[in-house]
Amino acid sequence: MLYLLAPRLIPILAFLLLPLVLGTYWQKVFLSVAVFALLAISWDILAQSGMISLGQALFFGLGAYCSGVLNHTFGWHPLLALPAATLLGGLIGTVCLLPVLRLRGVYFSMVTLIIPLMLVRIVEATKIFGGTEGLSGIAPLPSKWLELYLIVGVLLGALFGFRRMFNSDYGLVLKGIKDNDRSVTNAGINVYWFKTQALFIASSIGALAGAFMTHVYMFVGMPVFALDYSILPIAAAVVGGPGTLAGATLGAVILVPLSEALRGIGGLRIVFYGCFLVVFIVALPEGIFHYVQRKYHQFERWVEVE
Amino acid sequence: MMAAAALLRVDSLYKTFGGILAITDLSFELAEGELLGFIGPNGSGKTTAVNLITGFVKPSQGAVIYRGRDITGLAAHAVVRLGISRTFQMVRPFYQLPAYKNMIIPLYSPRVKQLAGGRYGDRDAVALDLLEEVGFERDAQVAYKSAAALPQGYLKRLELAKAMALKPDLIILDELFSGLSLAEVASIVPIIEKLRKEGKTIIMIEHRLKELFRIADRVVVLNYGQKIAEGRAEEVMASEDVRKAYLGVEA
Amino acid sequence: MFLGTIIYALLNSAILAVMAIGFNLTFGISGVANFAYGAMYILSAYLSWMLLNLLEIPYGLSICVSLLVTMGVGALMYRFVLLRVRGQPLSEVIATFGIGLAILELFHYLGFVGFEYTLPVLIDEGFLIGETMVDWQRVLIAAAAGFLVAGLWAFTHHTRLGLAFRGIAQDERTALTLGIDSDRIAMLSVSLGCGLAALSATLIIPLGSISPSEGYEVLIKALAVCIIGGLGSTSGVIVASFVIGFAERFTDTYLSSHWTMIVSLAAILVVLVVKPSGLFGRQKELEERI
Repeated sequence: MLYLLAPRLIPILAFLLLPLVLGTYWQKVFLSVAVFALLAISWDILAQSGMISLGQALFFGLGAYCSGVLNHTFGWHPLLALPAATLLGGLIGTVCLLPVLRLRGVYFSMVTLIIPLMLVRIVEATKIFGGTEGLSGIAPLPSKWLELYLIVGVLLGALFGFRRMFNSDYGLVLKGIKDNDRSVTNAGINVYWFKTQALFIASSIGALAGAFMTHVYMFVGMPVFALDYSILPIAAAVVGGPGTLAGATLGAVILVPLSEALRGIGGLRIVFYGCFLVVFIVALPEGIFHYVQRKYHQFERWVEVE
Repeated sequence: MMAAAALLRVDSLYKTFGGILAITDLSFELAEGELLGFIGPNGSGKTTAVNLITGFVKPSQGAVIYRGRDITGLAAHAVVRLGISRTFQMVRPFYQLPAYKNMIIPLYSPRVKQLAGGRYGDRDAVALDLLEEVGFERDAQVAYKSAAALPQGYLKRLELAKAMALKPDLIILDELFSGLSLAEVASIVPIIEKLRKEGKTIIMIEHRLKELFRIADRVVVLNYGQKIAEGRAEEVMASEDVRKAYLGVEA
Repeated sequence: MFLGTIIYALLNSAILAVMAIGFNLTFGISGVANFAYGAMYILSAYLSWMLLNLLEIPYGLSICVSLLVTMGVGALMYRFVLLRVRGQPLSEVIATFGIGLAILELFHYLGFVGFEYTLPVLIDEGFLIGETMVDWQRVLIAAAAGFLVAGLWAFTHHTRLGLAFRGIAQDERTALTLGIDSDRIAMLSVSLGCGLAALSATLIIPLGSISPSEGYEVLIKALAVCIIGGLGSTSGVIVASFVIGFAERFTDTYLSSHWTMIVSLAAILVVLVVKPSGLFGRQKELEERI
């Protein structure tokens, strides 16, 4: 019993207790880890349903702008703007990608790459929502502790909640869509409706992450559509272990502090992400999580024989 | 028998694929409870015809009427929900899953829920029962084996079970017997006969004519996308056109 | 002004065609996703620059060396990375994108940004058509475009190697049974594609300067041309180049330069939604749409 419980309890406790012992700087890093973990989970949800997103920044940016505008222009309180932006951002993201759901996966990926770039140029050109300067002076969340524990709560909820979902029969259908969608259609299931659902879930999670960050930095501008927010989640999921949400979280836990520690070398960070990505996709496609999981089970058996 | 309205009526179907006329003026009727054989040389358009009926491909022209309702061009999943189910010629299960988990997906279908009165029940148990019906021996626990480890005979039966799980009124079997030994065919035929006893209507695309003719009521012969003969097996095989289609024309 | 816009639109189309041709060879014709294409383009440009300015090697030789090195890098990239993920198109995309990202950001980090980073123009002067000044470099590019496109078409339709390129994209198994070494051909395809990228860089960079962010733009423009034209279709590349070239130029003149990229991107989206196989692509019904 403990054998199964321990690997689950330890990370949960770690996430709950770390904010109490970390200094202010590392608390900000912690927030970053949680946010990128959410983006990586969102990516993984899409990937398991057969959609590979090269533009998580789209959802992130949409959520960020929604929350920023709701607060800045309409005066909504952050605790209201946040959930509203999650749903609204999720909805817009889904609608943007609906037209390409019918196409082969590669086209979906390309469109996810293109739309954030387009949105950046549109903001730049039309100067809406603050244009190049963005919107500043956005209200923060009521307290620092609320900030920390809200995101931890959401992350743990998303992680365990969606893990459950994917292990259920519903998740089986989604994974079936990725494997052989013709077969799923033949079972009388509307593949697009299911893909749309998965897309909405992933989109909303990404939007939540973005909305949250807007209130942490008290600013929203064009940088929310930056390549960073698209690449790092993919790297995190690939390194950590695609196909399990826990792997995506693990990847974020490894890569984000690593990239912070490397902050001194500036742009070289992205070079590292790129290299990491390539090395892992080629050499260890199953990801660290699966590898560790396998070894853990093997180890346990070895001890029992004794 | 012809007094009752046909269960399925196919009306002058045409299909062009970028310049190639795959199906030309295909029409036939199917009465409830019949077992119709669909035969013809390779490439004659049998699978395409099935794709047109089941909504996987849209016809260029013509109509498909099921129970008096025009289902031409209806989306594939909607067609399934109306009660038409099919198997695929190239069997591709969900390889990473055990056999019985493969059944979960059809059992998740809204049609199954509708027929079960709104409650799904325990899908795993239903899956195991269905697999037993098609010959997955329960005590040998074959149903728990990973689909990747199953031989072709079992995979074909799995495909059949997936189609049966949807409790269709019309089942279309695309080359179910291909790749099976005589013994395996002999063990599957009783399952098909049981389906017939339950009142289901069946279309079978087949190349193995001897086995098909033992169970088929009527046969439709296609060649180059056109229907060249229709009727009982003996009549059809006596036809000159059908002979030429299968055996070629003597120089 | 109108005439000038048209002339520049035509020349712009040529630039796009030249940019896209290497990508079309690899992705469109051979079916290998090489998202490091933009990086190869920039890499070859920087290499030429370094050979010319740091090692003071004559320009002609620099170009040749840089071209060969880029082709070599392409081949190595295939051998060590793509080979391992062949057949999983999305892993190919991610892996090559990762490589491209690493290369471009490395240059960015090392500080190779600025106006002094440019390549010499091959022919210096220009001439007047009516009131519009046209430089010979652009005309050269237009000529190269025609030559390359025609050459590519002839190559893929009339030479054994070219047909092999097309074969491995259409049906790899059959190609293998016909004695076509799929991996070797794919490697050649990637390599040649990179070589074409290098060639196009040599022609186009002199019009501006080398900057890593242009690497992303090149990739996107090449993608745009190939998708809109239809993957694998040479005539598609021509038509798409014209469509985008004209759209960009006219938007720039009559609206503002901000909207240029938006128009290109919007064009891709519209095509993907309406006719995903592109203007000239052959529509594979059961595969393209479900």
